[in-house]
Amino acid sequence: MSTMMKYEQKALKVVGTRPLRPDGVDKVTGRARYAADYNLPGQLIGKVLRSPHAHARIKSIDTSAAEALPGVKAVVTREDFPDLPVEYAASGELTINFHDVTRNMMAREKVFYDGHPVAAVAAISGSIASKALKLIKVDYEVLPHVIDVVEAMRPDAPLLHEEQYTEGVTPKPDRPSNVAKRMVFARGDLEAGFKQADLIVEREFNTKPVHQGYIEPQACLASYTEDGQAELWTATQGHFVFRAQCAKVLQMDVSKIRVTPTEIGGGFGGKNNIYNEPLAIALSRKSHRPVKMVMTREEVFRATGPTSGANVKVKMGCTRDGRITAADAELNFQAGAFPGSSVAMASMCTFTRYDLANVRVVGNDVTVNRPKVAAYRAPGAPIAVFGVESVIDEMAKRLGIDPIEFRLKNAAREGTRTYYGPTLGTIGYVETLERAKAHPNYSAPLGPNQGRGVATGFWFNIGNETSAALNVNEDGTVTLVLGTVDVAGGSRASMAMMVAEELGIDVDKVRPIIGDTSSLGFNFITAGSRGTFASGMASVLTARQAIEKLRQRVARIREVPVDDVVWKDGWARPADGCVKPFAPMSLAEIAKVAGKTGGTIAGHAEINAQGAGPGFGTHIVDVEVDRLTGLIKIVRYTVVQDVGKAIHPAYVEGQLQGGTVQGIGWALNEEYVYGADGVLQNPGFLDYRVPVASDMPFIDTVIVEVPNPNHPYGVRGCGEVPIISPMAAIANAVESAIGIRLCEQPMSPPRVLEAIEADKARSGARA
Amino acid sequence: MATISLSSNLIPYTCGDTGFELEVANVRQLFAALGERYPGLQTHLDNDIAVAIDGEIYQDALLQPILSNSEVFLFPKVAGG
Repeated sequence: MSTMMKYEQKALKVVGTRPLRPDGVDKVTGRARYAADYNLPGQLIGKVLRSPHAHARIKSIDTSAAEALPGVKAVVTREDFPDLPVEYAASGELTINFHDVTRNMMAREKVFYDGHPVAAVAAISGSIASKALKLIKVDYEVLPHVIDVVEAMRPDAPLLHEEQYTEGVTPKPDRPSNVAKRMVFARGDLEAGFKQADLIVEREFNTKPVHQGYIEPQACLASYTEDGQAELWTATQGHFVFRAQCAKVLQMDVSKIRVTPTEIGGGFGGKNNIYNEPLAIALSRKSHRPVKMVMTREEVFRATGPTSGANVKVKMGCTRDGRITAADAELNFQAGAFPGSSVAMASMCTFTRYDLANVRVVGNDVTVNRPKVAAYRAPGAPIAVFGVESVIDEMAKRLGIDPIEFRLKNAAREGTRTYYGPTLGTIGYVETLERAKAHPNYSAPLGPNQGRGVATGFWFNIGNETSAALNVNEDGTVTLVLGTVDVAGGSRASMAMMVAEELGIDVDKVRPIIGDTSSLGFNFITAGSRGTFASGMASVLTARQAIEKLRQRVARIREVPVDDVVWKDGWARPADGCVKPFAPMSLAEIAKVAGKTGGTIAGHAEINAQGAGPGFGTHIVDVEVDRLTGLIKIVRYTVVQDVGKAIHPAYVEGQLQGGTVQGIGWALNEEYVYGADGVLQNPGFLDYRVPVASDMPFIDTVIVEVPNPNHPYGVRGCGEVPIISPMAAIANAVESAIGIRLCEQPMSPPRVLEAIEADKARSGARA
Repeated sequence: MATISLSSNLIPYTCGDTGFELEVANVRQLFAALGERYPGLQTHLDNDIAVAIDGEIYQDALLQPILSNSEVFLFPKVAGG
């Protein structure tokens, strides 16, 4: 049965404070062990041969010379993995199709992008493995390729999948297409809505794929033994999902694979899916030795999933007094080499911040010759919101209405029906707008060439399958075993805090660890801002179960009815009005005698958490535009977000700041650059520029707490929303600064200069 | 009977139907009835559909009860990064 817990307002002693994080010392001293830090005796080094072509048919693969090279212990190709039929499974970004997963991890009939794996080698050293890769002969028939999403949608575009007919179109098309799926979300009468409008604004936007940019490249270590068991240490956002995916593509029993999640150097959605893991297990199986595989940064860029690049068209109409009457959008999303972008989620995020009667969003999922996209923090939402919030800003400015006031006039509230169906419950969108409007940032004076922009964001948040276990140790301390990977946001600290609050003990008496796949029941990946919500709920349940057992144990020890025992502040105490008063027992005292009075006391929970509360945020940014260089400088930035309840406010602030900085990088600098040959030209942080500390002002945060009614502490989840708004907020600020509306991302100096020059040319022509 | 509404993105799989009333006790029965009525919807029911029952959203919750007067919406499942 799915689990939903009601919010309980109560005085808090631990939740809401800022204790040190349990993993902090290890991380700042370098002791924390990431996947690349793991080694086993006799291990081999695995490396991958990747396609140099964007699109080609594989005519043959000859590995004989590589296999003959001294020091090479195993080579695997498509022949070493079973072909899989169409079969779907949940993963980070909606569903994955194992027919495609097995082709993405190792090419079969064709290579679909520069960097697509074609073979893998395990050797006694990295240099021998690299040498062996050069000895593998692959005979390719190079095919025409397509990189751009708009070009890929044309009927005459090079076709990636000959068997792919656009789904969601009636009747079924008579010819294959790169448009894998088309979807329409609609409500009301769009035409009538536009007829009611006094002002209609219509614009087109284009964004580039951007990478999650995690600091730690993918790494794993696999050991397959002769009895058919495999152990895997890997950097993952979801070790149970990795186990399931590896079992499927290797046709192994799930029970025969044990996955240990290592500390993770960032994921942001990019470590939701397998890449090298099944290759490492297969190489270990073939070589009878452990195999370690660590991606280079170049491999990360060439072969792991970025988010989609997109083409977005937005048309909106409103009355003179600022009421939106109609909203229409078309989202054309790159899926990469295989279908399955985040366009459905983006479609549902496009207008959900507003209470609208007449809406349509058309989404197209388009295959192109790039790596298969992966989730990236609020997958797809920043792309759609870039367009919509830019158009909203333009409407407000043209009508002379304050941009926050315009949004307040149209804001979604509790009871607003979304255009994809459900009605919104208790939400804090209006509260974020009001807090932003009252913030000093919103009224501070601006300097020359400076402008201010506002944008808002929404994300659903999710729950899903979650397990946790709590063991009361013999000295009264507690070990909390979690199944949701702490994706560096500090979630394990938050779980420990909720357990400490429940048990009434100091948080440093609770030791949270992330268990491997053999220690708990299934856990879905840490994604969708579900970690603190769902694992928090499971943790609270483990504590409550343990408390119940503690009460029962004390009742037996003190020989009183269990109803006469209450748990308060870490002690079992006599209930008010109890028949037989007794000496209270602390958790430590009970734990000390637990072994002699019935055994260890523990709690566990296996739930499918439901009731995630949607998150909303409002961003204010001040920028300064250098008209000579085109450089956009972020002068001041304020994030206002409803998080339900900040269990550990410092980590919530970190999430808000981190997501915002990633959004700023997306807005200003990041983009994949492909040559005419379809080869990625900037696979490294030197040429793919993510923001660094010196680029950023302090990101101010305002935490709004409108409790989620479906969580015992009111948690909503907070990691996705902050990345949604920066792109639009910055574009709106630039327009305020220089009067030019930028609709292309990234808003990098060359592109800004180009826009300034074009504006000058237009002004000259008009004069 | 419960009022069932489908998100418009599911129209291509339901011959244009977007809403109807059904007597079902839980999500599993709802999905079974829909799969029988609209075979083209089955893959989506199996993999990528969430439900909102009386305003609360559920994912992968086949045994969640549906009352006779419940208002139910079907729409795409969500995840995240």
